[in-house]
Amino acid sequence: MKIKVNGQEREITVEPWRTLLDVLRYDLGLTGTKEGCGNGDCGSCTVLLDGKAVNSCLVFISEVEGKEITTIEGLSPGGTLHPIQQAFIEEGAVQCGFCTPGVILTAKALLDSNPQPTEAEIRRAIAGNLCRCTGYDKIVRAIIKAAAN
Amino acid sequence: MPEYSVVGKRVPRVDALDKVTGAALYSGDIILPKMLHGKVLRSPHPHAMIRHLDVTKAKALEGVMAVITAADVPGYKYKSELVFAGNPHLARKKVVYAGQPVAVVAAMNPYIAEEALSLIEVEYEELTPGLDILETMKPDAPLIYTNLYTQGPYGKDTKPSNIAWRVEYRRGDLETGFEEADLIMENTFRTQTVHQGYLEPQAAVANIDLSGKVTVWTQSQGIFQVRALVAEFLNVPLSRIKVVPVEVGGAFGGKTYQLLAPLCALLAIKTGRPVRMEMTRDEVLKASRPAPASLITLKMGVTKEGRITAASAVMLFDEGAFPERPYSSNAAITGLGHYKIPNLKIEALDVLTNKVPSGSYRAPAAPQAAFAVESQMDLIARALGMDPLQLRIKNAAVEGDLLPDGTTFPRIGLKETLERMAKYLTQKGKLEGENRGRGIACGFWRGGVGCSSAHVNVNADGSVNLVVGCVDLTGSRTGLAQIVAEEFSIPFEKVTVVTGDTETAPYSDLAVGSRTTYQMGIAVYRACQDAKAQLARRASLTLGVESTEIEFAQGRFQVKGKPEKSVSLADLASNSISMRGEGPITGRGSVGVPPFAPMFAVHVADIEVDKETGKVKILSYAAAQDVGLAINPTLVEGQIQGAISQGIGWALMENYVFDRGVLQNTTLLDYRMPTAVDVPFMEILLVEVGSATGPYGLRPVGEPPIVPSLATIANAIHDAIGVRLKELPMSPEAIFWSLQPNIKVKQDVG
Repeated sequence: MKIKVNGQEREITVEPWRTLLDVLRYDLGLTGTKEGCGNGDCGSCTVLLDGKAVNSCLVFISEVEGKEITTIEGLSPGGTLHPIQQAFIEEGAVQCGFCTPGVILTAKALLDSNPQPTEAEIRRAIAGNLCRCTGYDKIVRAIIKAAAN
Repeated sequence: MPEYSVVGKRVPRVDALDKVTGAALYSGDIILPKMLHGKVLRSPHPHAMIRHLDVTKAKALEGVMAVITAADVPGYKYKSELVFAGNPHLARKKVVYAGQPVAVVAAMNPYIAEEALSLIEVEYEELTPGLDILETMKPDAPLIYTNLYTQGPYGKDTKPSNIAWRVEYRRGDLETGFEEADLIMENTFRTQTVHQGYLEPQAAVANIDLSGKVTVWTQSQGIFQVRALVAEFLNVPLSRIKVVPVEVGGAFGGKTYQLLAPLCALLAIKTGRPVRMEMTRDEVLKASRPAPASLITLKMGVTKEGRITAASAVMLFDEGAFPERPYSSNAAITGLGHYKIPNLKIEALDVLTNKVPSGSYRAPAAPQAAFAVESQMDLIARALGMDPLQLRIKNAAVEGDLLPDGTTFPRIGLKETLERMAKYLTQKGKLEGENRGRGIACGFWRGGVGCSSAHVNVNADGSVNLVVGCVDLTGSRTGLAQIVAEEFSIPFEKVTVVTGDTETAPYSDLAVGSRTTYQMGIAVYRACQDAKAQLARRASLTLGVESTEIEFAQGRFQVKGKPEKSVSLADLASNSISMRGEGPITGRGSVGVPPFAPMFAVHVADIEVDKETGKVKILSYAAAQDVGLAINPTLVEGQIQGAISQGIGWALMENYVFDRGVLQNTTLLDYRMPTAVDVPFMEILLVEVGSATGPYGLRPVGEPPIVPSLATIANAIHDAIGVRLKELPMSPEAIFWSLQPNIKVKQDVG
């Protein structure tokens, strides 16, 4: 089947029941997408599917034919960081980094649809992305900062 | 306080760029050619004899490359199972907890491995599990291990029991102390089993070379510990194991256990191929090492002026099914250690049950003890009509006071931290509103210790590489690089810090006990001084004076007081590797176990309770902490904020729900941890009372901020609705029922 990942058309041969997460990580080598639970509970595997944040562990690969997939590797083409990535570095929103790719992509989906969210809207948007290191404080501040820029 | 140019500044983490782009490599991301996949068969029973174990059918399955059981483990041939703390407890004749590994398979892909597990035949003879510490600690209780003897204050017991460790501390005379008291209060407090909740499940990859040497990639809190555990399991010399560090996706104490790497290494040896293993979240919750549940009975006597005259405590910890390490001593030292108590008796025990073995979690056992002590302090303040902060200030320990174990406090900042919070609250003003309350609590953590060493290589252009063997869990690479930049007066960007593997890095003990930046900082500081002393000798040759005449100022080595007679770091470094040079500059720093630099945190939460649902909303949260010197305030605040969030989860929602010893809530939806909507922004008040022993006065930071959080919230709930909860979690359900005093709810704790 053909899928479009980070702007590139890819032709892949996979069992249709495998998850998008599994194929991204182990067939396409895009290991920036993390598996934290495999049940859609933690958000570590978040990717964008036609611009919407989804848990890639809950998506069968057969569901994404013809759709546009963005992973964390596709967020800084040519090495230029996305403003959200930049804000995460500057605000100290990164600790262990395991939840970071997922939460950055969720934030991108939020800011693309709502460029000036309130603090409550940010917290609600990332409520599906668990983070155990930061207490979310600096993550929320980084998203506010990225929205301001 | 002296002004530093790099230390104390908010420089970005050195690992941040890799982490925001997805480039950072974690153990689950390591993929090798011809790699096999390993899976573990786990016991469904909490306590059973293995009567029959047959792996023939599994081995015969197409694509299965190896199946191992306890009979294949070289280390087991010579040593008792009780020696293997930190290792996977691959069952020998008996399983002692549900989730314990029984057999392990390596196959061409994970699906075949999974299928092979279903072909392994195990016949269990179920035994009655011991699930309640009050039952298993009885002298006549059935033994989980017939060869476990309590390690107590006066040596080992002669009769086996289910009590792994016992400590006892006494001071003064309890009877007299309680006689002097105007108020005596006794309460029992209970906390639940909770998980560290790291987002990254355990994973490991092991490979073997033609000489038989094994290389392991896995997350850990210490690469040298992994090496030691794998070597013990395989019964091979340390030099035959190489451990390569990877990024760690959260640990909090829970990754001081190697639950996969030894199994993975043995499978690599059996198959001659690389093997990868990864735990599912279900396995992580069921079979890693959560924090122990506790049962603490505490009696305290105070005068009407609020001076503590006596305290006695019995602290019990549920050790689970394996004596991994003691919690009793931490709790006994930290629970009441931060107060001046002339008459004291503390007894603490670690008691085995047939549940998943307990493990270290951020200031192990201190939050449980503080929940009891700081709840009780709040009750005492209420009974005396005293301000809770003033009660604590009145009894706060200072330098020179004794801890329960008889050691002496060095310079500490408990009073300063309490006073900082008092000042903050004066500015903030009173909390208004119905069903709202403010809770205050204090926490003490002494820290963990270990030994550390570091290498500093000065490059030809004056840039510097720092090589360490400690794992970075908290941003320690960044903090350590700041020390190097400071000491050489070079820009932060000119320092590269690398965590080497066990063959290239100098030795370091575990990254535990909040010790890394503090103690590795001493080693790094010494390595810098060593390199600078070598550079000063070279400068003395260049400048034609004795090396004792050389000083380092503004990045140059100069004749004392004469900046015009100087040579730059870069010139000396460049000369060092020239044809006529004296050889490369490599600084070495090493430190044994340094003294403790005790840490204190004071927390305040403002909350609101919805009486209809029992749900608690945290309106605001503030934490004051003595950090000695904040090496990088952004990193330090991040540590504190993360710990508070964990504490909120522990207080309000997280809980291991067992049914006859088998964990029932094995997903992150059912084991509910705080999300972004459950916590507010957190105000962090950094207090800097320099430690006597850390460079620049550094103190450890990471663990103390979880210690007061459980009691802080319990105290706030009491303030809001007038109900005292002495058992965690204070879930909406628990709060709701506490408000219906006429209805008794029986809780099943098994």
